[in-house]
Amino acid sequence: MHGKESDTRPVDVKKIRELLDANNGARIRTWLSLCSRCGLCAESCFFYLAHDRNPKLSPAYKFKATLGELYRRKGRVDREFLYRCADIVWGECTTCKRCSMYCPFGIDVATLIATTRTILYSQGITPEGLARAVVNYRETGNQMGMSSEDFVDTCEWMAEESQDEIKGVTIPIDKAGAKYMYTVNPREPMFYPQDLAMAAKILTVAEEDWTMPSTGWDCTNLPMFAGDRALAGQVVRNMYEKAVALGVQAILITECGHAYRSALFEGPYLAGYPDGKPPVPIVHSVQLFYEYLRDGRIRIDPAKKLKEPVTYQDPCNVSRNGGLWEEGRKLVQFLAEDFRDMNPNREHNHCCGGGGGYIPMGPEYKARRMASGRVKAEQIRATGAKIVIAPCHNCFDQLSDLNKEYQLGVKVMSLKEILCEIMIVPEKFQPQEAEREESD
Amino acid sequence: MQAWYAFLTGPALWVTFTIFLGGLGIRLAFLYGLSRERDRVFYNHMDWKWGLKSIFHWLIPWGSASMRLQPVFSFVFIVFHVGVLAVPLFLSAHNILWDRAFGVSLWSMSDAWADGLTMAVLACGVFLFVRRLVRPEVRILTTAWDYTLLGLTLAPFVTGFLAYHQWGPYEWLMVLHVLSAEILLILIPFTKLGHMVLFFFTRAFIGFEMGGRRGARAW
Repeated sequence: MHGKESDTRPVDVKKIRELLDANNGARIRTWLSLCSRCGLCAESCFFYLAHDRNPKLSPAYKFKATLGELYRRKGRVDREFLYRCADIVWGECTTCKRCSMYCPFGIDVATLIATTRTILYSQGITPEGLARAVVNYRETGNQMGMSSEDFVDTCEWMAEESQDEIKGVTIPIDKAGAKYMYTVNPREPMFYPQDLAMAAKILTVAEEDWTMPSTGWDCTNLPMFAGDRALAGQVVRNMYEKAVALGVQAILITECGHAYRSALFEGPYLAGYPDGKPPVPIVHSVQLFYEYLRDGRIRIDPAKKLKEPVTYQDPCNVSRNGGLWEEGRKLVQFLAEDFRDMNPNREHNHCCGGGGGYIPMGPEYKARRMASGRVKAEQIRATGAKIVIAPCHNCFDQLSDLNKEYQLGVKVMSLKEILCEIMIVPEKFQPQEAEREESD
Repeated sequence: MQAWYAFLTGPALWVTFTIFLGGLGIRLAFLYGLSRERDRVFYNHMDWKWGLKSIFHWLIPWGSASMRLQPVFSFVFIVFHVGVLAVPLFLSAHNILWDRAFGVSLWSMSDAWADGLTMAVLACGVFLFVRRLVRPEVRILTTAWDYTLLGLTLAPFVTGFLAYHQWGPYEWLMVLHVLSAEILLILIPFTKLGHMVLFFFTRAFIGFEMGGRRGARAW
């Protein structure tokens, strides 16, 4: 890991012990003492499968060698050990939770790995890419350090641009009482503003009552993956509190996997809500887009329906950890004529290798990311699909990289992109020019 | 020898049952207290339907994707567990002892069945032992303690089997039989063998967490 050689700071054993004690609840105690070392989890892990069944990549080995060892030594470890742990918990696990379904005791290995990340973070150890994002969240409330003004300007600019294609597109900012507060991944306003435009077009055509918040608009939660639990709680609280202040009915999450996991499942605990429930309902784009098509609020032009073979990437945090695998499939049925499922699929899907913070961990980890992504690349190749739909930004980036690395010859697309290409734009939303052309 | 046997089946047996049941009770009570304070997530999303389904699919043969992925190991693993529980509980010789002591007993299986199941348990035990040695992903996790516990689990079966067939010094074998079984029972609450009760709790939790909250089958 970057900076390892120059890191001569002493290990704060007291702090480690505090964290070990604080986390030593009934679940972690039971999991660590109950693991019978049967090895059944190994086959479930794509890191293990992608590296010729290297036994050191089995989930049980990974938690035993890290958190198990920290408890065994009561926190009395040296920096070299901590860096070895860091290599495992960030470099060899994406906390995809697949192994917990393959363990006879249902040991939640992802929680054990996340706890280890928290301990490492307390010792100043975290991958550089995540550390940079953490600073941005702390200073600006979003992972890319974008100012509120820039964000609002980008929204306005995108709304204006979109009016050429769809009449009356607006991106309402801070509209109180809207049905949905739409939250995004900062890479959208920063690098792919057309993503905002596409969302605005779809929501406009569906005649949705929605708004974008001027603060708390970043639904991602990289501190959750970096091991900074306090900040992870603050990040999600910013979003919850904004939604409550605006009086919206629900928070709508962009096509991002971990944002959904954060907002709906882990966020309430990180933010300290004792009942484990977010203060407003959380809706993922996959769910909403499916409802639009099901209810006819968005209609697909039959002539434009995708003809090429299509497969669907189940993002871990949308499918297995989000429960939306059937919605995703039903949605694709509306969009594509030739759908081919990967194997395994649905809640048993393999992580693409870009989750759990891996993509933002940056170039330092890219070679490993490509190597462990082999399982996903082979899955995709076996479907013969030409288009891979990925309703998650991290999956999207990882699959795009895998596409090049393994020469898969596919096109990776988001749902928004496909919807905007093939949906029917009702007459009332067609701009004047188009109307004139038609009447000619 | 008679005195040893009398001690092991008298006072030592009471101590064993007390530690076994008391130990499990205390471990459960301790974990319950701790979970009330630190594992809110367990109670917040309780869902009996998903909890029971999660347990059930791991109790029935090849009921989970994981078991189906390794069918041979799963077969051995199932036979081993059935034998380890059924032989001591339903052996007629054990039930006669219960009947003499308390006037109550469980249903008894025939000696031929018990003999067959014992051999099956021993064969499975050897398989599990060898598997720990030869499968890299299991060997890397295995500690000396895993072999010890496996050996201790098999010891009452080996000694009981030999004594039943009167192969070897009978009285010695009976002393070793009772002694090894008592050591095993005493260890259960304090080791990974506690899974005989904790299994139901950890499986229920992952059922709540994956199924109750997300609709995902954790099997």
